[in-house]
Amino acid sequence: MEREMMLQKLMELDFLAVDLGLYLNTHPTETEAINAYNQTIEAADTLRMKFEAAYGPLCSFRSYAADTENWQWKNDPWPWQTTANPSMAGKECM
Amino acid sequence: MWIYEKKLQFPVKITRPDARMAKIMIEQYGGCDGEWGAAHRYLSQRYSMVTPEAKATLNDIATEELGHAEIMGTIVRQLMQGLTKDQIIEGGLEAYYVNHGFGVYPCSAAGVPFSAAAFQSKGDPITDLYEDMAAEQKARSTYEYLIDLAEDPDVLAPLRFLREREVVHFQRFGEALEIARDHLNQKHWFFK
Repeated sequence: MEREMMLQKLMELDFLAVDLGLYLNTHPTETEAINAYNQTIEAADTLRMKFEAAYGPLCSFRSYAADTENWQWKNDPWPWQTTANPSMAGKECM
Repeated sequence: MWIYEKKLQFPVKITRPDARMAKIMIEQYGGCDGEWGAAHRYLSQRYSMVTPEAKATLNDIATEELGHAEIMGTIVRQLMQGLTKDQIIEGGLEAYYVNHGFGVYPCSAAGVPFSAAAFQSKGDPITDLYEDMAAEQKARSTYEYLIDLAEDPDVLAPLRFLREREVVHFQRFGEALEIARDHLNQKHWFFK
């Protein structure tokens, strides 16, 4: 399913950015990690724009309303619904 | 200020309801060493923290913990959805059900409501960072006990992810402690 695949990839990129950000907070002069962080953010932003254009906004503000006739933010699925998420059974790293 | 993102940090898609698992998973939502406790502990401690590195660490780990609370709430809700009367009784979820139905309420597995009494904000950066390292270890242990009792791969996947995050956060807090301690050990001149 296209939506689930895109969402999973975006989750991976955003998670990588979170983890690199935490690392950089205590290693602020490691240029290799700063580069990796910037590349990750850029890739995530590109994918987020694609996802939002196709499936609606992801951020409570600072996301464009792609549909100017109908406010999509309220729409299902919300993150806690099973329909919002791909199954990760057996896919996580051990 | 925070911006809400309409997605989980790690996906949860549980299709097999399980009353017994729902009853114990609530521990990491509203229990002593659960995710709400972690988030509120770090959010409160930020104000008196020293050094940019340690402030950023508290702020950002607290923010991630908010996302982890959302994952645990999602797990509990999805485990309850579709339970039958017999399943509720067999799984020992009746006491929770008569009070909360299939709603998600922050309490421990034993039913004790969430309380700030389980954590500190001491106003002492060293004390707080030691508490934070201990908190990450306590949460890691709880995840390991939950993993011991879980069988469904759709439940195990997010639990393993969350357990790993506790290990990473412990490491980051250890680094922040070292930076804060070095800062406090410097000579502070009040008059020159």
